[in-house]
Amino acid sequence: MTYKILIADDEPNIVISLEFLMKKEGFQVAVANDGEDALDKVGSFAPDLLLLDVMMPKKSGFEVCEALRADPSLAGLRIIMLTAKGRQTEVAKGLAIGADAYITKPFSTKELVAKVRSMLESV
Amino acid sequence: MTSSWLVALLSTAYLGLLFAIARFGDARADAGKSIISANVYALSLAVYCTSWTFFGSVGRATSGGLSFLTIYIGPTLMILCVSVIVKMVRISKRQRITSIADFIASRYGKSQFLAGLVTVIAVIGVVPYIALQLKAISASLDVLFQQAVEASEPWWLDSTFAIAAVLAVFTILFGTRHLDATERHEGMVAAVAFDSVVKLAAFVAVGLFVTYGLFGGMSDIFQRAAATPELTRLLGLDHGRPETWTSLVLVSGLAILFLPRQFQIMVVENVDEGHLRRAVWLFPLYLLLINIFVLPLAIGGLLHFAGRPVNPDTFVLTLPLAQGAEGLAVFAFIGGLSAATGMVIVETIALSTMVCNDLVMPWLLRLQSFPLSERQDLSGILLGIRRGAIALILLLGYAYFRAAGEAYALVGIGLISFAAVAQFAPAMFGGMYWKAGTRAGAIGGLLGGFAVWLYTLLLPSFAKSGWIGSAFVEEGLFGWPWLKAQALFGLSGLDEISHCLFWSLFANIGLYVAVSLLSRPGVVEASQAERFVDILRYDHPAAEARLWRGRASVEGLVGLLERFLGPARARQQLAAYAASRKVSDWRRIAADAQFVHFAETQLAGAIGSASARVMVSSAVEEEPLGLEEVLDILDEASQVRAYSRELERKSGELEAATAELRSANERLLELDRLKDDFVSTVTHELRTPLTSILALSEMLHDDPEIELSDRMRFLGIIVAEGERLTRLINQILDLAKLESKQAEWTSGEVDIAEVVRESAGSLGRLFQDRRVALSTELPDGGPLVVLADRDRLMQVMINLLSNAVKFVPPGDGRVRVAMTKEAEDVRVEVADNGPGLGAGEAEVVFEKFRQGGDTLTGKPQGTGLGLPISRRIVEHFGGRLWVESRPGQGATFIFTVPLPRQKT
Repeated sequence: MTYKILIADDEPNIVISLEFLMKKEGFQVAVANDGEDALDKVGSFAPDLLLLDVMMPKKSGFEVCEALRADPSLAGLRIIMLTAKGRQTEVAKGLAIGADAYITKPFSTKELVAKVRSMLESV
Repeated sequence: MTSSWLVALLSTAYLGLLFAIARFGDARADAGKSIISANVYALSLAVYCTSWTFFGSVGRATSGGLSFLTIYIGPTLMILCVSVIVKMVRISKRQRITSIADFIASRYGKSQFLAGLVTVIAVIGVVPYIALQLKAISASLDVLFQQAVEASEPWWLDSTFAIAAVLAVFTILFGTRHLDATERHEGMVAAVAFDSVVKLAAFVAVGLFVTYGLFGGMSDIFQRAAATPELTRLLGLDHGRPETWTSLVLVSGLAILFLPRQFQIMVVENVDEGHLRRAVWLFPLYLLLINIFVLPLAIGGLLHFAGRPVNPDTFVLTLPLAQGAEGLAVFAFIGGLSAATGMVIVETIALSTMVCNDLVMPWLLRLQSFPLSERQDLSGILLGIRRGAIALILLLGYAYFRAAGEAYALVGIGLISFAAVAQFAPAMFGGMYWKAGTRAGAIGGLLGGFAVWLYTLLLPSFAKSGWIGSAFVEEGLFGWPWLKAQALFGLSGLDEISHCLFWSLFANIGLYVAVSLLSRPGVVEASQAERFVDILRYDHPAAEARLWRGRASVEGLVGLLERFLGPARARQQLAAYAASRKVSDWRRIAADAQFVHFAETQLAGAIGSASARVMVSSAVEEEPLGLEEVLDILDEASQVRAYSRELERKSGELEAATAELRSANERLLELDRLKDDFVSTVTHELRTPLTSILALSEMLHDDPEIELSDRMRFLGIIVAEGERLTRLINQILDLAKLESKQAEWTSGEVDIAEVVRESAGSLGRLFQDRRVALSTELPDGGPLVVLADRDRLMQVMINLLSNAVKFVPPGDGRVRVAMTKEAEDVRVEVADNGPGLGAGEAEVVFEKFRQGGDTLTGKPQGTGLGLPISRRIVEHFGGRLWVESRPGQGATFIFTVPLPRQKT
């Protein structure tokens, strides 16, 4: 089966690279440019995994994550948070509100792909 | 018939006997075997009962009935307050107090002025009282001789003057035999005690004679009195005058302590505090005995001489004479004489000590021409001064007696004196029990009280004698009725003593307390206050010694002692002191603080504490002690106080320091948080382009099969993000330089219009690409020159224009640049038709990394540092940069640059 991955980030160049990377790995990919867009796309696209940037307009990644985790029907959704702010408090906060993993930018593409795969296949 | 020669002989013999007793007492005292026992001490206190008691009580009882008793109730009550007297005695011994003037002066900082003031008040107040004694003797002589030889006068040229002269000689012999460091006169005390026995015996003898000889006993007299309507009132209390009773009890109670002779006998002459225990009951008993027959004598006299003009003051003499008991009459005369002599001797000695120590000596010491240093022995001069003072005081008494004549009743004069010495009460009691009482307060109180006493009591008595006009009594001073001397401020209805006492003590206490509270004590004052008030608690001579610091020479101090005490007595005292310090020869005594203290107290005994203080400080080099220091030494409690004050101060300081630290820490934490935020933000801004670069480079590197078009696209992104990274790093460094004021500026004349044109031109391509219209409105005329850095100004313009082009919608975006010249500056506006800014955003956009809310159109380009940098640049030129905007109606960024000052 083909996993569906939603990429939520407001940096267009990062979106380009992530989109390209994930498609190459054979995933079905959708893109959201801000927090509200991300919530909408989770509803319409029904991804298996969400790559979620923290610093986004309208709704931050934290807010999006909290909203998604409040919905029991989305319990199976994997969420990987991405952030350029590498502070330990933010990693802890992300994990506390229900993210499954936390990856700091800049990241290694190989590691990111390995992480995504392991998370999807562990279900 | 009583012969005048017999009376003269008997009187002389009686005085000779007194003198013999005094010599005996002095000799025993010198031999160290004091004859002053508790009984002698208690009896000597009865010097309080003068000829006024002896003759005057009967007179007073004939008019006021039992009210004469008030004069004895007051002292009885007062002597029951033993603790007060013990405290006074102990202070006086420790401080070598020689008189009441010395006591008050010593308490208030050894003040010479205060000592002089007290002395003057005492002399003025007491001289009439001495006159009263002379008058009593004179009057009793008249009574005796009118009975004896009708035409014998003048028997002496002037008998009263002779009496005064004899008393002066006698007093000089009694009181100034030698100078003593303690100013005690044991012989005199013994003689006074003997006086007390004689006058009591004489009075009781007359009482018994009248009561049981003339009448049939007490009950007979009182029954007869009860049968006579005008005498019945004498048997009861004087109901109409409760305030008179109260004030008489008060004033006589104070007199027993503060009359100079009473202070002398009770305090200065006290050899053992234990004697007071006897005096507490023996003295009141004495008063009771001498008063038992007062009322029977008064009633007996009135009954016996009914209708005849006999002065009731002379009943003690006239009743025996009328019965032909001449021997008894002479005994009564001797009794009156003893009462008068006892009083005169002690009073005069006490006053002469005060006059010498507190008036004459200070004056002499201040006199430049007085050859103090050349005189080897001043004790002779001191004795001479005292003898002169004794003669002078008696002369004054005589003069007053002559002048006052028959003007005023005996009792009146005595009470005037009592009221005068009552003025010492506030300063005395305050001095013993209130540390805050000050010299200024004591002076104020004494002057105020004395002035009122003078005006309301002494001057009216002069007026009654006819010496001065009585207008101020009847109509008030200057005719003001509220200044009537005996109805001050409309206070009428009181007898004159109560009236005077009320106003004088009111003024005295009021001034004493008020001035004390308003003034600050000096060092000596404060330390004396501690010593006096805490005398019972504070008992360490060692501490006394610590209170002095300086340099002294034994020779200098010994010289002083020899000069004022006389060489023999000085050596005697020095030897005793050396023995107490366990030094074999006094010449080897160390000139330490304790020795200086010894010398000062010895001198104080001879010349009073105030003068002694002056003399000692002239002989030694003294280092002044600070007030705090003195109090610390004196009072350990005050050390604790000072310590706790210090602790309090320190803890206050600590608290303040803690608060300062806390707020500094908060500021630091805030700064730290800001820095942390900044670093975190910068990190984010740097990592974001790095993420794209790294991800795309990795993919290109790992996968050689990526299509060429994707390759070109990715490489383009990598280059753009690299440029973005470079721009960001440059701007961060630029801002850091601007903030730390390390930026380099080239300042020169810049045509701002040209800068605007040039920057618009350099961005023309960008505007075209985005299809945004750019219009410029520049003022006509020549260049607009400002003082600025051209490149920096350009940086601001490009930043504003590129911001504008970023935010306007592509296609129909419009940006307008307008420039106007104003009075003092040039104003440049960059207006766009973009989304505009909300009210809250107008300032936010000038903060670092805070970009405008363009969330509808996605993330804005740029670093978020352009506007903060621009604002700093404009402010550096002395202008301002701000934004005016409403949401949906575009934004207008405006900055000003000041024009250079016109050169005139």
